[in-house]
Amino acid sequence: MSELTGKSRLRRTMMFLSAQRPGLVKDAYVYKPDSVMFDLEDAVAENQKDAARFSLYHTLKTVDYGNVERIVRINGLDTPHWQEDIRVCVAGGADGIRIAKCESAQDVKDVAAAVSKAEAEFGSKEGSTLLMAALESPKGILNAYEICMASERLFGVAISGGDFRKSMQTRYYAHGIEMQAARGQMLLAARAAGVQCFDTIFQNLDDIEGFRKETQLIKEMGFDGKSLISPKQIAIVHEIFSPTEKEIIEAEKIVRTVRENSAKGIGVFVVDGKMIDIAFLPGAERTLAIAKAAGLMK
Amino acid sequence: MEITKSAIAGTLESSDAQVTIEPAQAGLELEICSSVADQYGRQIKAVALETLSALGVKAAKVVINDKGALDCTIKARTECAVYRASGADPDGKVNWGGVK
Repeated sequence: MSELTGKSRLRRTMMFLSAQRPGLVKDAYVYKPDSVMFDLEDAVAENQKDAARFSLYHTLKTVDYGNVERIVRINGLDTPHWQEDIRVCVAGGADGIRIAKCESAQDVKDVAAAVSKAEAEFGSKEGSTLLMAALESPKGILNAYEICMASERLFGVAISGGDFRKSMQTRYYAHGIEMQAARGQMLLAARAAGVQCFDTIFQNLDDIEGFRKETQLIKEMGFDGKSLISPKQIAIVHEIFSPTEKEIIEAEKIVRTVRENSAKGIGVFVVDGKMIDIAFLPGAERTLAIAKAAGLMK
Repeated sequence: MEITKSAIAGTLESSDAQVTIEPAQAGLELEICSSVADQYGRQIKAVALETLSALGVKAAKVVINDKGALDCTIKARTECAVYRASGADPDGKVNWGGVK
């Protein structure tokens, strides 16, 4: 059974935190999201970008986040901030960088080149800093596949609903119709390229039922996880994105039976009344890998 | 680094510290304002002085208004205030490797 590590590690939850606010970043690991997203972009005022970088650097260097992945959202490539953002990310040892407002493969390549330069400058292992791209515009969505294929460093793409809805001249609707085409297109591109795919934040923190419905929708679509803005959203996503006990038992049975029957030269057989063949093996193995990564089994 | 103008970094939010730096003729003058000064005042002072020394600041008046900040926050706010007070470009290259 393959393990979910590096680019393919478990990323059900990515919790946004302003890098500028020590009260938020000093102990966010206690909520146990799969990843934290230190924000240097929208959550930081224009005249505090430098302060946020100093805060981020010492947080990365000092606070032990354990198994929680540390990603940093840098400022857009149309700002004067992004190159120094990349230097501080690499110097501090961030696990990954989220490219804001990504619209083309060239955007990813530009960031990857700057990251390579920073890794050389600070003595980090070449390729150790991963990338993800946030698609926030129709152009970004239409270029999703080339973005997904633009760099070996890229582990995934995320849709940013706020900016995307604005650029589409619509707003949030509970049924999600305004995001349907973009979510679908981004997901197709990500799966075709073999990278992960993440959904946008849910803004209304008091609408727990709406949040649960949206999370269930993106799980059923095939997303890997969701961006979050509050610790109270974590448990719901982990619950929906983790296999149930029944699914784990079924997956174990499929893996065992496929292997036993393959050894006997049998290609198609029945498990608990369902026709099973070798095509079911990757899905069952993935269920077990997720369960293992989520700490549901050893 | 030479302190050429007054600058502030940080906030008065819980777990933060606000560091104010002003130019001085000679030497370092450090004032700590903290509700936990009796317990942690010496530690805050030591971290601030170490940070100022690492940045080569030899003359400045520094006031730290602590709101329960960790050492890493004291360092971050002090460094930011020094860079600002030295007139550095906010998006210019910082010597991250040399910032301990």
